Amino acid sequence: MAKAISKKKAAKKSNTIKLKFDTSWQYALAPESKSAATINKQYDLFINGEWQKPTSKKYFDTINPATEEKLSEVADANAADVDKAVKAARNAYDKVWKKMPAKERAKYIFRIARIMQEKARELAIVETLDGGKPIKESRDFDVPTAANHLFYYAGWADKLEYAFPNRQTEPLGVAGQITPWNFPLLMAAWKIAPALATGNTVVLKPAESTPLTTLKLAEIIQEADLPPGVVNIITGAGDTGAAIVNHADVNKIAFTGSTNVGKIIQRAIAGTNKKATLELGGKAANIIFEDAPIDQAVEGVVNAIFFNQGHVCCAGSRLYVQESVAKEVIRKLRDRMQSLIVGDPMDKNTDIGAINSREQLNIIQKYIAIGKKEGAEMYESSCALPSKGFWCRPTIFSNVAQSNRIAQEEIFGPVLSILTFRTDDEVIEKANNSPYGLSAGVWTDKGSKIFNMTKRMRAGVVWANTFNKFDPTSPFGGYKESGFGREGGLHGLSAYVNIV
Amino acid sequence: MAIAKSSQMMHDFSLSPRIDQVGVEERASRFTKRSIKNESKENGLKLVLNMIDLTTLEGKDTDGKVKQLCYKAMHPHDALADIPTVAAICVYPSMVKVAKKALGDSGIKVASVATAFPSGQAPRDIKIRDTKYAVNEGADEVDMVISRGKFHSGEYNFVFDEIAAIKEACGAARLKVILETGELGTYDKVRRASDIAMHAGADFIKTSTGKIQPAATMPVTLVMLEAIRDFYYKTGKMIGMKPAGGISKSKLALHYLVMVKEVLGEDWLNNEWFRFGASSLANDVLMQLVKLKTGQYQSANYFSVD
Repeated sequence: MAKAISKKKAAKKSNTIKLKFDTSWQYALAPESKSAATINKQYDLFINGEWQKPTSKKYFDTINPATEEKLSEVADANAADVDKAVKAARNAYDKVWKKMPAKERAKYIFRIARIMQEKARELAIVETLDGGKPIKESRDFDVPTAANHLFYYAGWADKLEYAFPNRQTEPLGVAGQITPWNFPLLMAAWKIAPALATGNTVVLKPAESTPLTTLKLAEIIQEADLPPGVVNIITGAGDTGAAIVNHADVNKIAFTGSTNVGKIIQRAIAGTNKKATLELGGKAANIIFEDAPIDQAVEGVVNAIFFNQGHVCCAGSRLYVQESVAKEVIRKLRDRMQSLIVGDPMDKNTDIGAINSREQLNIIQKYIAIGKKEGAEMYESSCALPSKGFWCRPTIFSNVAQSNRIAQEEIFGPVLSILTFRTDDEVIEKANNSPYGLSAGVWTDKGSKIFNMTKRMRAGVVWANTFNKFDPTSPFGGYKESGFGREGGLHGLSAYVNIV
Repeated sequence: MAIAKSSQMMHDFSLSPRIDQVGVEERASRFTKRSIKNESKENGLKLVLNMIDLTTLEGKDTDGKVKQLCYKAMHPHDALADIPTVAAICVYPSMVKVAKKALGDSGIKVASVATAFPSGQAPRDIKIRDTKYAVNEGADEVDMVISRGKFHSGEYNFVFDEIAAIKEACGAARLKVILETGELGTYDKVRRASDIAMHAGADFIKTSTGKIQPAATMPVTLVMLEAIRDFYYKTGKMIGMKPAGGISKSKLALHYLVMVKEVLGEDWLNNEWFRFGASSLANDVLMQLVKLKTGQYQSANYFSVD
């Protein structure tokens, strides 16, 4: 009986008690097959419905971050290429797309979504090869969510009068869209779907380190027989993006990426009549109260910070734990981290894949060094890492203070800062004490506390007893330096229309 | 209330951790995404076979039926070399002696249900006699049921004391406490019942009698495994786990193994600390093992149905 175990003895024992996760029963390798996907040796620019050589005549490599091997080379679009793409988009807008009955537009979007589903396996493989994320995530999250987004907005195309009751809407024209490297295909779908549904045409540039699934999407668009010029996909780095932003005939900029670039874009479009939505960085507070379901909260923390190697703008990178349960939460989190499988992203059992690029790895390592220097207590899982490629063990820092840089600045990697708090007011103040405000999480068994917290939290998305949940019907976007405008849901439509 | 009567050292079971339904179901489903292939599948299947409590709990059980079941337990599939036996056979108290004799020195344990199984609706002295009878007949393990009615009435103290009394009656036999989770209604209550059972002296906690639907599910088992983990953290004492009922396919059993591996780790991955209560699972495991060896599925006719 419990009474028989003396408290002293139990306490002494519990310090040494350890669960052993390095079990004799191991999972065998379960790699997804590369041969189920085709990747061309070289990709040109997709302009006006056809593949065109870049006028720059230049191509750059895209590599697999898990092996550092070259996967393909893609065209580097210069300002002249951007101009061609914008002209094609303008032409398609004036002559075809804005005149087309809405229900016909919807058919095209549905068709793209369906082909995406048919090619789901191939898209998942390419996403994982190009970006380093686990195949489990690209297969179960990125690709299906991307298709869902297209299906959702296809449904809206001929129902805009219900989205904006008693108002007339008109499309903006040509949308210039720039997507990030963390969810390449999904972000492309997020941006293309509402633009097409509302009658705009598109020039889209994926991130230079992960262009392949967006180019695969161009192939799908071609297969869907979308009228030429309605969607143009061009590749390149920052200069290409700048050329899109600065092009005089672009009516709207949709950008997802870093806060720094977001600021540059805002400066560039100041004084023009370009509309913009910017979805930028974040440093989300994830708050665990003492009455929370602790085991599920720990799992939520893992989802919040280790999903996609922490390359998530809404990642729950600041964990606030009420002091009375901090020890328990950290202990359970450490145990949980031991059972995370880090390694080959193509293996179906991998939980944490490769860091997206060497540059990003350097940034993450810089912050880990800062955290150590600031005196926070670091713990990383003991897993072995592959010798080639870019890797970072899941890492947590405890004993972090609000004034630590690792608690203030976005790391964009699998690195968690853990802070403690005592009262509701204290944690609200600390959570809102950030230049960012994209997302937040609250863990408590008490419903009234959830509503009280969510009302006072300055964040675009607040999750209660869950984290990193996405749905096409739900708007997503930030406060403060996390940007403005909303993508997803009804709100996502208004970013692409003028209300007249 | 549990705390009113007991010393301050006692756990207040009304404060057992809360469980978030959505979260626990999501986590449980994630274990099913693990891909178990090749040698890992073969080793896993053998482990599963070795963790089975081969069960017959019917009104029509006879000596003959139990003897046949015991033979199956010792010789699951003689055509296949190098496979383990099951862990135990599980019968009613009246069949313990027959089983014990049939199993001889095979090392396979005899588990007996007791305490007015499956409803548990009997006075305590009858439950104690039921238990003592099974132990005296030679049962190595006793599978008791908790008084769910009392539990639902909030009489946690009654439930606690009853388990403690049965534990005492068990003597050297290991006690498995069946919570009958299908009658408890919420994960919160599964957790609370687990805590009561462990603190009251259970050696194992077990999901179900197999007579009520739903029987074992992965989320319920996860809640119980996490309760075991918390108890271990606090006391250093290991408690075993037995999901029972509804696990009839190898694939599902392997998912359970994944869950044990990732929640409790190495120490629980053996039949000393983890069991499957099942009757038809063994043949499915055998069928898969034969398939791994020969590359072909054989029909059910090639596997004995004792």
